[in-house]
Amino acid sequence: MTQLALVIDLNVCVGCHACVTSCKEWNTSGLSGPLSDFNAYGKDPTGTFFNRVQTFEVGVYPNTETVHFPKSCLHCEEPPCVPVCPTGASYKRAEDGIVLVDYDKCIGCKYCSWACPYGARELDENQKVMKKCTLCVDRIYDMNLPERERRPACVLSCPASARLFGDIHDPESEVSRAIREQGGFELMPEWGTKPANHYLPRRKMRLHLHEDELVRADNPLKKEEYMPKPDINEPTLDDVMPW
Amino acid sequence: MHPAFSVIFLTVLLGFGQGTFLALATAEIYAYFDLLPMPPQSYFNAAGAFVALAFLTGGLFASFFHLGRPERAWRTATKWRTSWLSREVIALPAFMGAVFLYLLVHFFEWNPVIIERIGAPPVTLSLVIVAIGTVLAFVLFVCTAMIYASLKFLQEWHTPLTVINYILIGGASGFLFTAVLASIVQPDLTYFFGGLSALLLVLATGTRIASLIRNLRLRPKSTLQTAIGVHHRQIAQKTQGAMGGSFNTREFFHGKSPLFLKSARWGFLVTAFLVPFALTIVAIAIERPEPLFLAVAIQAAGLLVERWFFFAEANHPQNIYYQSIA
Repeated sequence: MTQLALVIDLNVCVGCHACVTSCKEWNTSGLSGPLSDFNAYGKDPTGTFFNRVQTFEVGVYPNTETVHFPKSCLHCEEPPCVPVCPTGASYKRAEDGIVLVDYDKCIGCKYCSWACPYGARELDENQKVMKKCTLCVDRIYDMNLPERERRPACVLSCPASARLFGDIHDPESEVSRAIREQGGFELMPEWGTKPANHYLPRRKMRLHLHEDELVRADNPLKKEEYMPKPDINEPTLDDVMPW
Repeated sequence: MHPAFSVIFLTVLLGFGQGTFLALATAEIYAYFDLLPMPPQSYFNAAGAFVALAFLTGGLFASFFHLGRPERAWRTATKWRTSWLSREVIALPAFMGAVFLYLLVHFFEWNPVIIERIGAPPVTLSLVIVAIGTVLAFVLFVCTAMIYASLKFLQEWHTPLTVINYILIGGASGFLFTAVLASIVQPDLTYFFGGLSALLLVLATGTRIASLIRNLRLRPKSTLQTAIGVHHRQIAQKTQGAMGGSFNTREFFHGKSPLFLKSARWGFLVTAFLVPFALTIVAIAIERPEPLFLAVAIQAAGLLVERWFFFAEANHPQNIYYQSIA
């Protein structure tokens, strides 16, 4: 069984919101569009978004870390939003595990949004139906696109490559390997929803520099101190030789 | 959660309707066993069934205001295997049908004997409808309450007390209303219904306070740590991704101060439970129905506050992601 999902590396995300805007751009003009905005340039702008980047500060100043946290539908393997839907508009695709809403069946009762602990579903105030991330289902299977573009818009746009996309049920896929080898985790595991999307944790990055990495020893003999060590400001062999 | 007025009216009105029918059913069963000095007359049952049907219709009407696409409401009956909301959508018209049949039977006073029994009173058509209607009333109570009680993330609702409260509160309000109706249509039944409504109100007060205490002691399962998977004690949200509001900031927050919430809690305990109970007891003691009229009016207002509080009290885990705008 295939379960397509995103793996988001919190250690890499810089919080640029490129995934947010590219998601909105693709989806407002695609299958699930329009993602209606109201007062877009007014006092209280609001609108439908599938993806948002939030920012959290961890620790106490001055020892703080800023965590940028992209949040969208997690395409749970046990989606709590699907069984509560009274019309069957919410469903999970058997073939690739994407959780979708049939906009022609949805009655806009909002019950699924109550049943989602992540707040991943939004009512489109214009169409009055529930909308959520589709994992760009209208894009990833589009044979008119070159193969490298058959990925969700947010993944393609991420300038830091913080977002990976693939099948988490295939143990050899890039996403499975990332989850396995880099400590991928689920959000709110306490509810047993088994989110398909995973996040990779923050990691401590420390650079260890040794003195001999800073001071160049051209001549091994000099290093072994058969000859006097050159001053750090003296030209090196590379500077004086015309090779 | 943000309390929607459509759902507040839906649940309160359905409770009134179901309670009224259950009160009629109780009187009819009492009369069957010859426990009432004077059995309920057909015109009283017809009037009661008419009012119950009016309440249920009002609730159904209110529910449509909750839907973004009410013209597709017929689709909601399709997923009864998994969705309590779908089950409610089936149970409500079924129960309304039973109440309507009951209304017809008593309006046209056409009440044939269905089962003849030796040495026992005959079972009439009305009694058969009472039996079916009672089952359907309880099914509807369970469906309505399970819509909320089945959501395990909403810990305030995820308890059997939710179902018990819906049944007892709806029952108490319906019995009290039926007592008022009886004082106009068939006065000899007034204090029978009044006494039972006081009894139900005592039970409902107990279970409602139990649920309030339970909810005050709840510890949320989800925390900011599990929500973003960062295990540090000090995490503060700096942005939520948008400066303006979104569906997430509107649908899941009641937007009122803690003081408002606290006064609503004490307000409904007094107006929906304490005052109607005291007035009912007074009415029974002085054998005059006037306090019952006052009781039913105050309780109706109190129950709207009770239902408002029921929704406002529930704290959705998604709110963890929306603690700070910028």
